[in-house]
Amino acid sequence: MTKIVKTTANILFPFTMIFGLYVIAHGHLTPGGGFQGGAIVVSGCALLLVAYGSSWVFDRIKDKRLAAFESLGAIGFITIAFLGLMFSAVFFGNFLAGSGSLFGTTPATGSTLADFNTGGVLPLMNFAVGVKVIAGLFVIVLVMAYASSTKEWG
Amino acid sequence: MEKRIIAGALVLGIVAVFFLFSVLLIHPFGDPGQAQMDDYIITHTQNETGTQNGVTSVVFDYRGFDTLGEATILFSAVTGVLLIFRRVRH
Repeated sequence: MTKIVKTTANILFPFTMIFGLYVIAHGHLTPGGGFQGGAIVVSGCALLLVAYGSSWVFDRIKDKRLAAFESLGAIGFITIAFLGLMFSAVFFGNFLAGSGSLFGTTPATGSTLADFNTGGVLPLMNFAVGVKVIAGLFVIVLVMAYASSTKEWG
Repeated sequence: MEKRIIAGALVLGIVAVFFLFSVLLIHPFGDPGQAQMDDYIITHTQNETGTQNGVTSVVFDYRGFDTLGEATILFSAVTGVLLIFRRVRH
């Protein structure tokens, strides 16, 4: 693409990354979560794909590694669910909530100020789903863009 | 050609009648039929899940199994795309 598009993408890309990672990290406090923040991050990656071309990105990021990260996020998500089965006797049980340890603070009932150290397993699940959605959607966009750009797929 | 237009108009009319009936039968806005579950979640979400975001507590805790299904859908979508475009790989 032209220099204007590349410069705009260079400026916008880090802000999109930061905003998407913020939405994932604060999924248990603000609107959004793993799915939504992951989609925001992947929209920044798609911006890079538009500005620099799919073969440029494809040379630098291996789709096999992205697929591995996607599986890693799924394994983390299901592992947390089975840990709930192990520690609180319910599948998807929230065994960290109210325990006083990591993310274990219980907020006061009613409208209170946001405390990051709350939510039990919800922030961990948001993180796992975020990794999964980033890698999964990015590998879909990347492979489809690369396939539609090469000659033998015309 | 004439037959196709008549058949299309007929199908469209039947679908329109069904949609019209479903719109007429929908229950009034802002008046849920059974509110016990909503009230329970709104009252207990801060004590039970320890989070201030009720929507996240429903998505990842009360209805976590549903989110597992969503994640499975995404996984199968990625698998299908990589399967269809696997000739791209070197």
